[in-house]
Amino acid sequence: NDKYPEEAFKQKNEADAIKALYGRTAEPSDKVKLDAPEIAENGGVVPISVTTSLDKVTSISFFVAENPNALAASYRIPEGTIPAVANRLKMAKTTRLTAIVEADGKLYSATKEVKVTVGGCGG
Amino acid sequence: MAALINVPSKAKRGDIIEIRTLTSHIMETGFRHTADGKLVPRDIITSFACRYNGTEIFRADLFPAIAANPYLSFFTVAKDSGKFEFEWIGDNGYSTTASASITVE
Repeated sequence: NDKYPEEAFKQKNEADAIKALYGRTAEPSDKVKLDAPEIAENGGVVPISVTTSLDKVTSISFFVAENPNALAASYRIPEGTIPAVANRLKMAKTTRLTAIVEADGKLYSATKEVKVTVGGCGG
Repeated sequence: MAALINVPSKAKRGDIIEIRTLTSHIMETGFRHTADGKLVPRDIITSFACRYNGTEIFRADLFPAIAANPYLSFFTVAKDSGKFEFEWIGDNGYSTTASASITVE
């Protein structure tokens, strides 16, 4: 089992967080389907899901660019598990949302802009 | 703390099944302040794992950006009858487990 990725989480910026978590950069792919609302009325609960038609998927991660720390969640997909996951994220404000799928050692991404009317980080 | 698990009780061998979990947890981000300016300490679930007859089929590292009462949905293939075990671990020694059984025909 890998350790909790404390270092990757500490990164404020999305690109740094992806680098700290995976050690490389992702290329956009239309095989990654990211489903998120265009407008989130409540940034505290934004339903997000991702599915992919890529083979040999080993992990899926979500990054919220405008949050205090970009890394939101990271899921390990062992062999035999279908590469699809749904969760609910918090968003501080209108932001770019990125889903990263790691497949066969490469990174693929999908992004979407989500408009947030009420932020979900407080403070 | 309660956890709600939704796993089909029956499936055909080879079927893709959806597993949904909902846990009750505050998921305090550690970014908020009280009215008198004190920082509210972080209190979140940091990891989740699901085992199917002892084999890990899904694992999650969670961060403060996960909404309160974390909901997760993921998919696996029904192979054998048996048990799904779920485990959540979090800040301040938080730990909870749940299980569900499935009959595969």
